[in-house]
Amino acid sequence: MTGFRLDKGGLVDRAAPLDFTFDGKAFTGFAGDTLASALIANDVHLMGRSFKYHRPRGVISAGSSEPNALVELREGARKEANTRATMIELYDGLVARSQNRWPSLEFDIGALNSLASAMFVAGFYYKTFMWPKSFWEKIYEPIIRKAAGLGAASKEADPDKYEKAYGHCDLLVVGSGPAGLMAALTAGRSGARVILADESSALGGSLLSENEEIGGMSGHAWAMATISELSAMPNVALMPRTTIFGWYDDNIFGAVERVNDHVLEPSPYEPRQRYWRITAKRAVMATGAEERPIVFGGNDVPGVMTASALRTYANRYGAAAGKSVVVFTNNNSGYRTARDMKAHGVHVEVIIDSRKEATGDAGGVPVIRGGAIVNVRGGKRVSGVELADHRMIPCDAVAMSGGWSPIVNLMCHRGAKPKWDERIAGFVPPDVGNAIAAAGSAAGKMLLSECLADGARAGTLKGKTPALPKCRDEAFAVTPLWWVKESTGKAFVDYQNDSTAKDLPLAAQEGYRDIELAKRYTTAGMATDQGKLGNVNAIAILAEATGRSMDQVGTTTFRPYYTPVSFGAIAGPFVGHHFQPVRKTPLHDWADELGAIFVETGLWMRSSWFPQEGEDWLASASREVLATRERVGLCDVSTLGKIDVQGKDAAEFLNRLYCNTFSTLDVGKARYGLMLREDGIVFDDGTTSRLAADHFLITTTTANAARVMSHMEFCHQAHWPDLDVQYVSVTEQWAQMAIAGPKTRATLQKIVDEVTLDDKSFPYLAAKEISILGGMTARLFRISFSGEHAYELAVPADYGNLVARSIMQAGEEFGIAPYGIEALSIMRIEKGHVAGGELNGTTTAGDLGLGKMMSSKKDYIGRMMAAREGLTDKNRQCVVGIRPFDTMDKIRSGSHILKKNDAPSMVADQGYISSVAWSPMLNMWLGLALLANGRERHGEVVKIFDGVRNIHMFGVICDPMHYDRENKKLHV
Amino acid sequence: MLIKCPHCGTRPVEEFTFNGDASIQRPTSNDPKTMDQWFDYVYLRDNPKGRFEEYAHHSSGCRAWLVVARDTQTHEIFSVVTARDYAKKRVAS
Repeated sequence: MTGFRLDKGGLVDRAAPLDFTFDGKAFTGFAGDTLASALIANDVHLMGRSFKYHRPRGVISAGSSEPNALVELREGARKEANTRATMIELYDGLVARSQNRWPSLEFDIGALNSLASAMFVAGFYYKTFMWPKSFWEKIYEPIIRKAAGLGAASKEADPDKYEKAYGHCDLLVVGSGPAGLMAALTAGRSGARVILADESSALGGSLLSENEEIGGMSGHAWAMATISELSAMPNVALMPRTTIFGWYDDNIFGAVERVNDHVLEPSPYEPRQRYWRITAKRAVMATGAEERPIVFGGNDVPGVMTASALRTYANRYGAAAGKSVVVFTNNNSGYRTARDMKAHGVHVEVIIDSRKEATGDAGGVPVIRGGAIVNVRGGKRVSGVELADHRMIPCDAVAMSGGWSPIVNLMCHRGAKPKWDERIAGFVPPDVGNAIAAAGSAAGKMLLSECLADGARAGTLKGKTPALPKCRDEAFAVTPLWWVKESTGKAFVDYQNDSTAKDLPLAAQEGYRDIELAKRYTTAGMATDQGKLGNVNAIAILAEATGRSMDQVGTTTFRPYYTPVSFGAIAGPFVGHHFQPVRKTPLHDWADELGAIFVETGLWMRSSWFPQEGEDWLASASREVLATRERVGLCDVSTLGKIDVQGKDAAEFLNRLYCNTFSTLDVGKARYGLMLREDGIVFDDGTTSRLAADHFLITTTTANAARVMSHMEFCHQAHWPDLDVQYVSVTEQWAQMAIAGPKTRATLQKIVDEVTLDDKSFPYLAAKEISILGGMTARLFRISFSGEHAYELAVPADYGNLVARSIMQAGEEFGIAPYGIEALSIMRIEKGHVAGGELNGTTTAGDLGLGKMMSSKKDYIGRMMAAREGLTDKNRQCVVGIRPFDTMDKIRSGSHILKKNDAPSMVADQGYISSVAWSPMLNMWLGLALLANGRERHGEVVKIFDGVRNIHMFGVICDPMHYDRENKKLHV
Repeated sequence: MLIKCPHCGTRPVEEFTFNGDASIQRPTSNDPKTMDQWFDYVYLRDNPKGRFEEYAHHSSGCRAWLVVARDTQTHEIFSVVTARDYAKKRVAS
């Protein structure tokens, strides 16, 4: 043996050396190593600092349960915090750094916390940082936040891609140890569609780490032969590097496949990770068992690890965790480690077996029966152990085994609780029906022959269970030892949270007897590993402290995810505009040509203003308002929801949906409509046109288009299924534009085919299908949101750009200008028309000044509840106009309104400003507000208070219609 | 969770939008004396453990409103019918 790399053995490729750095120092490992195994082979055991006490920590396990060896992997944008060194496959150029230490891993100031450990007992957060209360926000919380947390995340955007994928199978096998392989082989041979997933980089599970004998060959050779047979089956999918992280309703499983975590940079054509949803007819949970640490003094000193981890590093990775090993065990696992290490030429000093009358093949290593370690010597590396009988044994590694815990997580993800099994001293999975079954050591089967038999049984979907290969069994017997009470050093139950054995009885004594409460109070079982190694020990210590059985204490709740899942994988490809697709209106190109600035409203890109040289948004919008009010303007209103309603009962349907009546609407006319929610609050508004007796076209606000459609479907199907009516969204089928201003009629007359646009044949609120530009179908509505003489023209979407350009051409001689939604908004506020600021889910029709629209002659959605006392109270806040008292002042939306002499307070609050605009017509800021009993208060001088900007000023309440109160311009 | 839409077959739950208890029925009278019924209809909901009949809109599918009978504890689905059939059956019974 040279250094700590064994001369031979293991599955690493000694012909493929890989260079990597840890904390800036260069090392070499081999292909097939993990970061942890490569560090161990380089005699690096100090891999991190603990959370509270900043104690030096090394690797405890060789798998996904690792609580200690968490590192920051990679640099820059690809930096990933809290990755487990035991799961990181080594690659050439790997860069990793230790965490939770300052200034360095070797010398960490935070370790001073150990000296004050009395302060850090169970519940220390609650006890220490309570007083004085005023300290919390400014002093305690920032300090805790700085000291807590482990690694730091990258602040740059993730440059890699992630995918989502869907799998379907007859049998999902989770775990590829002996039970999993046997299940997959049995099901695969019968022709079933099988998915075999394993979190490790290689399939084989424990057969990669243990000396076994199956079918006359080594366990490893049998595994390779089985995997080779499986990979040749077209009905079997093998998924290494894939963690099945959760079990969900209908036997759906979530999984993350680490496609490219084992390379420096993913290929540009591949994702880093794939997030799977696997729907399985049946599943086998062959997840194996986790070896438990024993709770004794100094059980966290680097060099102390589980007995099976020591074996794994030697057998699978060809790395020795020490040159002189002491084994501490309460079951056969320790004996196995002693024999395997000895076979690799590593000196094993002694086996300390806590059982007084234990037998086992120690392979010639001396055994101390009935012994216990009370303390481990050494700070950053084990130098020896002290026994209960005061003997001191020098060594540089300690292998501990406190027994085995079946990995039951998946089968408990839907609420069932595992049960305590005295025979194996572990929690075994609950019976949750036929869709998923546990097999092998996950089911508490501790012998290899039982695992193979269990796997074959679980993989038999039809017919008889096949014959099994012969194998050699290692005897299993365990006598629990949870906590060496004579321990002199700190004895850790949960490594990641630095919870010690003494914390649990203390928690119980202080009333936190329930395991869920004890977990939160002591933090045992929390954080990234969720207590995979420590929970059962914690439960046992709590059980003893409170005189209860393991079943009476029970486990904490098992929830997905089994191991941490990256946000990137959860988001998948749905980032940026793949998360929210862009909706462009049919007039987008036309607006873009004219230099429009677009604004995102929901998914829509709407033309917001059309700046000319040197104009900011307000100058542009003001010019557009003037052009429209003085001449003619064109605005894209295609985003309004449009729903085509047809059928014998169409009018009746609309009568029931809207608070006002539509059955009385003449064919060829439009009417403004208001929809309420069933609780009487206004839901949506828009115009509805009657194109034929049984044919209506309704429009909705842009924001509510989808909601109104769903609401109509609900009301029709669930309330009134007998109504003979059909409706479909035609929002995207029509381009719609508003043409407004005194020169509109003259402009449009030039493009319409046969209609004469006078007040007789096309009066206010006319709505007709016409033809334009020599035969193009169009719909023309004489409606106005701006208050001007205006029309809305709808044409098939594909003709939108053409028609808009034609109108611009036709209007050129009149000085036509395009206007955006900023100008639209200014004009509607000038006219006192309500929009989003007022239709805000708290206002009634009455509040909006539209109370007269509510029919008393028919039932409609919201009618009854709108009549409630509270919704008709005269002191309700209703829409008013508001202007600054000093017309040079600027009022702001969101400001509160108070009586003139009142100081700001909740009690004195009279309402608030809902919309504001700079009015180019009136040359001042003006707005709409919701004001208590507002209709009675026109002319009142009020105080305007903006607490966010600390602005106080006076304002004057007025009619909401600031401009052209006689509506003369509508009929110009 | 998978829901068997009567029109589209077995589809994942993400395609559906839920709208609460289907067993309550919209009152038909506008008589002010029925205000209590309306209040119950608009605001009062049970939160049962066990069987629950719930409106589900196949909003990313055929757009039919469905009534899904489900166990709120186990998520076992007992039946799926269209809201239309559910309403008509309720009127008939």
